[in-house]
Amino acid sequence: MSSVYNQGSTLFLSDALVLSNLSEVDQTVRLLFSEHPSAQWQVNLDTLERLDTAGALFLHQLSALANQHESSLQLGPLPEHLQSIFQFATPLPAAAKPTPARIPFLERFGASAYRFIEHAADFLYLMADLSYFSVQALWNRRAIRRDAFVDQAYAIGAQALPIIGLILFLIGAVSALQSAAQLRQFGADIYVADLLAIGITTELGPLMTAIMVAGRSGSAIAAEIATMKFSEELDALRTMALEPLRFVAVPKMWAMVVTVPLLTVMADFVGILGGTVIGVFSMGISPAAFVTQILSSLFLKDILTGLIKSAFFAWIITVIAVYRGVNFSGGAVGVGQAITSAVVSSLVGIIVLDLAFNLLFY
Amino acid sequence: METAIRIANLRVDYGETPVLKGIDAEVGKGEIAVILGGSGCGKSTLLKTITGLIEPREGRVEILGINTANLDEESQSELAKRLGVMFQYGALLNSLTVGENIALPLEMHTDLPPAQIEQIVRLRLASVSLEGTQDRMPSELSGGMRKRVALARAMALDPEILFCDEPSAGLDPVTAAEIDELLLTLNRALGITIVIVTHELLSIDRLDGRLLMLDEGQVVFSGSVGEAQRSKHDVVYPFFHPGEASS
Repeated sequence: MSSVYNQGSTLFLSDALVLSNLSEVDQTVRLLFSEHPSAQWQVNLDTLERLDTAGALFLHQLSALANQHESSLQLGPLPEHLQSIFQFATPLPAAAKPTPARIPFLERFGASAYRFIEHAADFLYLMADLSYFSVQALWNRRAIRRDAFVDQAYAIGAQALPIIGLILFLIGAVSALQSAAQLRQFGADIYVADLLAIGITTELGPLMTAIMVAGRSGSAIAAEIATMKFSEELDALRTMALEPLRFVAVPKMWAMVVTVPLLTVMADFVGILGGTVIGVFSMGISPAAFVTQILSSLFLKDILTGLIKSAFFAWIITVIAVYRGVNFSGGAVGVGQAITSAVVSSLVGIIVLDLAFNLLFY
Repeated sequence: METAIRIANLRVDYGETPVLKGIDAEVGKGEIAVILGGSGCGKSTLLKTITGLIEPREGRVEILGINTANLDEESQSELAKRLGVMFQYGALLNSLTVGENIALPLEMHTDLPPAQIEQIVRLRLASVSLEGTQDRMPSELSGGMRKRVALARAMALDPEILFCDEPSAGLDPVTAAEIDELLLTLNRALGITIVIVTHELLSIDRLDGRLLMLDEGQVVFSGSVGEAQRSKHDVVYPFFHPGEASS
């Protein structure tokens, strides 16, 4: 404990002046200074036994504190054993903060527009390169590693089967229930089968599969490439005369473009199955009538449109995920941002492509 | 002595910040060149610029008589096959086994049958004292082992120049000495030109190469280890005599 007291204009600081009691000492000293303005203080430190860096800094700043109360202050000699710490803890002048230059609005706007154009150009270059390398890989197999395509197809396609199957089964069932609630009012229950078949094959099947793949595999691709960039693996490939896009991204591109349409076929089937289960067990339509109605409403064009769409969805998901991975910066936070932006941008890309296809085909 | 690397007026910026401010240097064939300097002086940037990973704003880099500026993709690839790079943290491909990492450049750039590639992989692993580790994943290796695998991979295509970024940084003294010995053996036995970035005094002493000392993006000293130790230069002296004041 420290004791702070005064006898006239002499201020006594004794025992300890350390971080743990500094606040208390500071309050007492401020009170004394305010009670005795315009004084000429002498500080007696003869009985001070302990001092740490915080206490030493306080002593250094005591004079300035007295000046605030229009007083002057003279520090007495410190005991020998505390002098080195007092010298060590000399207050450092605060570094002058550079005042940020005020950038005019037009200049900021121009810089933002320039950055946007730069990013867009980078994205288009990467899209062109990746598409070119992917096509080129069809006859130049050496450019990619053996088994890489199979490994990726397994990870992106086979491993996604259960979750996509479950989601589409449930979506099929919900769609059937929702449409049945409306159609029943007109006694047109059987047309649930038509709505279901067309809705799933042309829209919900490809779209939901792509959304699931974007969340599951698009994020994984962005994370993998970002991590590879962070750990210099991409640089290592370049120094081995291997183009990282070709080596890392092309197998992923082909795995996506091949497996997502296959997943969509499965999703279409399972989605319709989910709706059929509702039609048969909840609406009491006979299985034969429901299936016949489904088959009569399906056209090859609808199914093919859905599959072509899904291949393009796979392509845009891969391009965006690779772009986000390659353009990652920073550490762990950067990887997180790359994943988030890969998924969000992929979803936007999927919806925009979907709109374009609908405008084109319907 | 023939020249392996010639650098003239090399300038590199990170955004608005100049990192290399006009580097001029030459490395002879078969020589060990050590690029050294304090943290942030531009050592790794210089190495990455020489190996083509960073594009300079200005200046010229000539490797094995080839000007690296404006090379087309094929020429770049051909040059890269004549160089080996060992990264600071190994940069092994984590999805591949140790053996696959070393075999990768051989599979991609040669028509060797798999059995022969396997032989070469075993030889490379033996040369870095890691026999029998080809089926292990990089994540199962210690820091020192990863660096040795990285060295084996960098040597896979028998490069004419080997670049090493801080090969012994972060390693215990025994492993660091082993890596240095490996590099010396490669240089003596195969005549490989080696360019090393380091700030480890013990390594610098062991490798006994020609030193290129950088400070604030410029070469402030070029000479032997002995000359550097005797130098009274403001930057060189404190580096070789840490804690002592320059007289």
